[in-house]
Amino acid sequence: MLEQNHIKLPEGSIEKQTTTLNLGPTHPATHGVFQNILELDGERIVSAEQTVGYIHRAFEKLAERRPLYQITPITDRLNYCSSPINNIGWHLTCEKLLKVQTPKRVDYLRVIIMELARIADHLICNSIVGVDTGAYTGFLYVMQYRELIYEIYEEVCGSRLTTNIGRIGGFERNFSNTAFTKLEKFLNEYPKVLKEFENLFTRNRIFMDRLQNTGTISAERALNYGFTGPNLRAAGVDYDVRVHSPYASYEDFTFDVPVGTTGDNYDKFLVRNEEMWQSLSIINQAYQKIQAFKGTDAEVYHADIPEYYLPEKADVYTKMEALIYHFKIIMGETNIPKGEVYHSVEGANGELGFYFISDGGRTPYRLHFRRPSFIYYQAYSELTKGAMLSDAIITMSSLNLIAGELDA
Amino acid sequence: MTLTNEIIKQKLSDKFGDAILTVDESFDILSFTTHKDINLKVLQFLYDEQDLQFRFLTDLCAVHYPDNLGQEIAVVYHLHNLTANVRLRYTIYTSVHQPDVYTATKLYESANWMERETYDFFFFFFVGHPNLKRILNVDEMDYFPLRKEFPLEDQTRIDKDDEMFGRGGSN
Repeated sequence: MLEQNHIKLPEGSIEKQTTTLNLGPTHPATHGVFQNILELDGERIVSAEQTVGYIHRAFEKLAERRPLYQITPITDRLNYCSSPINNIGWHLTCEKLLKVQTPKRVDYLRVIIMELARIADHLICNSIVGVDTGAYTGFLYVMQYRELIYEIYEEVCGSRLTTNIGRIGGFERNFSNTAFTKLEKFLNEYPKVLKEFENLFTRNRIFMDRLQNTGTISAERALNYGFTGPNLRAAGVDYDVRVHSPYASYEDFTFDVPVGTTGDNYDKFLVRNEEMWQSLSIINQAYQKIQAFKGTDAEVYHADIPEYYLPEKADVYTKMEALIYHFKIIMGETNIPKGEVYHSVEGANGELGFYFISDGGRTPYRLHFRRPSFIYYQAYSELTKGAMLSDAIITMSSLNLIAGELDA
Repeated sequence: MTLTNEIIKQKLSDKFGDAILTVDESFDILSFTTHKDINLKVLQFLYDEQDLQFRFLTDLCAVHYPDNLGQEIAVVYHLHNLTANVRLRYTIYTSVHQPDVYTATKLYESANWMERETYDFFFFFFVGHPNLKRILNVDEMDYFPLRKEFPLEDQTRIDKDDEMFGRGGSN
């Protein structure tokens, strides 16, 4: 009887000299639902095996029954630290299939929102790396500027985290004056804050010792593993979707693509920091371009595509066409032209791709998301092999893994 | 010399001839299909050939066409030559009754999880895959949800207790 109450250990677990440790799925240091089964020799990691799928929500299946505008909220929940990029990426995919040309002002407004989202995402990632190395101050300090970014989203679309921003063809409403005032405030104050954040971390001896030479990956391996975004650039490959296949008029902007050399966590941190500066510069340029629009051009906030762009509520009540289109769009009765498109945007953590197949019906026949973090998380066991347990935590946070995107 | 779709088409037809079944160039991306048996040869050729160098696997996924008898499932590779900045889509079709395709994991490490995901949702044998098991769904699951024969729940069904789902009832 007594014997049955003993914990049953797996065969051979006493004889083997290593320890098995479950890191996650709900460990506070994993920042999301990740499970890593680590095999430890003392504090060194012998091998790591990742388990994913804890918050899988079958987005691809769900999308097969939804009209286009109902898929936008699904994309919110991919990388929820920068949902505007996902939303706009999805709109751009639809526009590519529908062959819609958006006005320049819409493109510039989108660029502003996407770059703000990139800053918000990098801000979280880099300050979380700080938290994991034991420095909480930076995280707390920059949060108020993420808050300011969220307030700008709020002015534009009404929500903050899962934004559901914009429509196919543009935005649901023009940016209000408050939105621009808040944007100006952000542009004025944020550089100082970012500088201060860098002063806290970049040349901090303890921080450098923790980050340098951990999570190193070579450019060849990174490419073979399908790395994109800051993680790939930290390894020294200057691949940026904004430059390679420009969308939303990114070709009108001048910016640098920062690259690292070693691909370690410190380079990832530096690349992200520099990208925030570049994003700031892009936002400044876009804002100047927007101010240059005069007269009716300065009022444009969507493309003229009544069939796909949800009309304004006031028009729905007063105009016949608007009422018809409103009904058709809301009820999902607009047929999508037949075709197969792949469109990608530079998400905050890599190339976010949408592979969209339409058979001429009202919903996508198949929609596949290329989620960057799903693809590069595979490399985690290689990145952490032989590392200390504490370094593995930092490697995880500096990969900028987002569970929502990983599991889709 | 800039790499154009014309050059890729020429190279492919020089090497594989009639094995290239269809070629399409809509939406600025060259896409082509071959028979599934030579998928690895094609990928290897695209990877190694001097002027092609498609060394980045952007995406790998599958599509189910239940009406396409004998070729129900398509595996779609999106490849990218980063130096010349050319994208390519390569599709193979396989029967749903014999869904075995050679794995691309030897060429691209990134194919590992993408193939596992495809297996997970469509039931596929990637011949030679080092660790072909479910990834996003639970191991005990006995169906493959992204296939078209598994419909989403009927939105008008009334046999559920609405109270359990936060709607209806007394509140």
